[in-house]
Amino acid sequence: MRKVQVIVIGAGPAGLAACIEIAKAGGKAVLIDENGKPGGQLFKQIHKFFGSREHRAGVRGYNIGNQLLKETEDLGVEVFLDSPVYGLFRHPEGILVSYMHEGRERGLVGEKVILATGAAENALTFPGGTLPGVMGAGCAQTMINVNRVLPGEKIIMVGSGNVGLIVSYQLMQAGADVLALIEAAPSIGGYGVHAGKIRRAGVPILVGHTIKRVIGREQVEAVEIVALDEKFREIPGTEQTVACDTVCIAVGLTPLTELAWMAGCEFAFIPALGGHIPIHDGDMATTVAGLYVAGDIAGAEEASTAMEEGRLAGIAASEALGLYGPATAAPLKEAVWTRMDALRTGPFGQKRYEAKAQMLEIAKGGKQ
Amino acid sequence: MMKEGVKYTGVPSAEELEQIPGIAGEARFEEGPVAVIECVQEIPCNPCEKACPFGAIAVGQPITNLPVLDEAKCTGCGSCLAKCPGLAIFLVHKNYTEATALVEFPFEYLPLPKAGDTVACGGRDGAYVCDGRVVKVNQNKAFDGTTLVSVEVPKKYYMTVRTICRKGRA
Repeated sequence: MRKVQVIVIGAGPAGLAACIEIAKAGGKAVLIDENGKPGGQLFKQIHKFFGSREHRAGVRGYNIGNQLLKETEDLGVEVFLDSPVYGLFRHPEGILVSYMHEGRERGLVGEKVILATGAAENALTFPGGTLPGVMGAGCAQTMINVNRVLPGEKIIMVGSGNVGLIVSYQLMQAGADVLALIEAAPSIGGYGVHAGKIRRAGVPILVGHTIKRVIGREQVEAVEIVALDEKFREIPGTEQTVACDTVCIAVGLTPLTELAWMAGCEFAFIPALGGHIPIHDGDMATTVAGLYVAGDIAGAEEASTAMEEGRLAGIAASEALGLYGPATAAPLKEAVWTRMDALRTGPFGQKRYEAKAQMLEIAKGGKQ
Repeated sequence: MMKEGVKYTGVPSAEELEQIPGIAGEARFEEGPVAVIECVQEIPCNPCEKACPFGAIAVGQPITNLPVLDEAKCTGCGSCLAKCPGLAIFLVHKNYTEATALVEFPFEYLPLPKAGDTVACGGRDGAYVCDGRVVKVNQNKAFDGTTLVSVEVPKKYYMTVRTICRKGRA
């Protein structure tokens, strides 16, 4: 069976960044992804990114994707596409990664494996929730920005995190009308500047509101919304019905951890990071020897931190392979941590900063 | 009761705008065009700092600091407008003419207006404020897909108008 130094699973921002670091260290990485194209969710991010210059702030997400792809190509990283990984197994020389390609089972052994599998959108349950026209906001974003298909013309967005705010904006750029954005919490979850963009376009943001049911025979025809009190209980008599054809759900992400469970990783439950997270240390190493995590699987955040975590895992795996001595690796890792900490400061980053600090404590053997 | 402020409405309140360091003093608006940085939340972001060729915008460390506008250094060139990922910087020329002000803002929707058009101008909440005349539609390549639109509006609306009203589907 073929053996390589590092196998990276997932070709999103974290996986691409990890491969780049391994190649820079002189290592051989193979990148495996179930999709037909690399880039993960980057190619549907048509907005300009936040962050600092090192995070390529001000550059549109898909252009960051193009830059990462070019770098991986220039560095000669081998990429296996249309290849869903279905299993990780112990192997005398590392970890055996089993995947499907063109209908056949295949295997590849990695001395080190980095899981960068990302996260999936959370669902919301309500009567009518299975009608055509109800979809994840990320799904709508893929339709408009990747496939150039408008999912509907009159949209209700549920959830005011950055995903809900940004996708509302992009649906309008694609030509749809967003009739309202509703949020169960008493305040807006995402950045005020993203909210400001859709407010200037005339979209009402209704905090303290939720969806009661979707009305329609064959597809979404209307939605009934209702106001909530501070304990998230419906306030009778506040129901309103709004005619629409599409309901987008943007209520958070859950890390895609199946492979980490299968590999036998120990987990910690940290709600601020999206739920059950493989325990990982300051090198992104899990409790399974040779297995690393990076990006949303290590806690749902956003693309800029995913890239930093990918770099960190790539540098750490290179060090573990002996491609870097500790004296070379330490300042490289330190630089990543400095940039990552910067992304986790301020009122929006503090919770994630604390959650990640808690994770480091757990990894050191502290109490959960 | 509806609570005020960006966290509740998506629109910065008058009080929030008064407290931030990105907006020049009243006197500066009389002197000529000036950038208005309506960034009221501490988010990790600093492209505006590097965007200014005159060093008039400072964020520093940590990068969650609110941008500080040095109103003396700001020449009103508008270089920062298209660099803000939050589309939160505007250019305001209060004394464009005796009766009118010029407000420039990023606009990323189609259809784009044309210079000379009379358009419905809106405030931070998108509601109609007044009619305005489009003076310039700037699609410089360096703006990377962001269009800057300048509208001439009655002078009293120089701190109110922040967009043209987006046209919905027919």
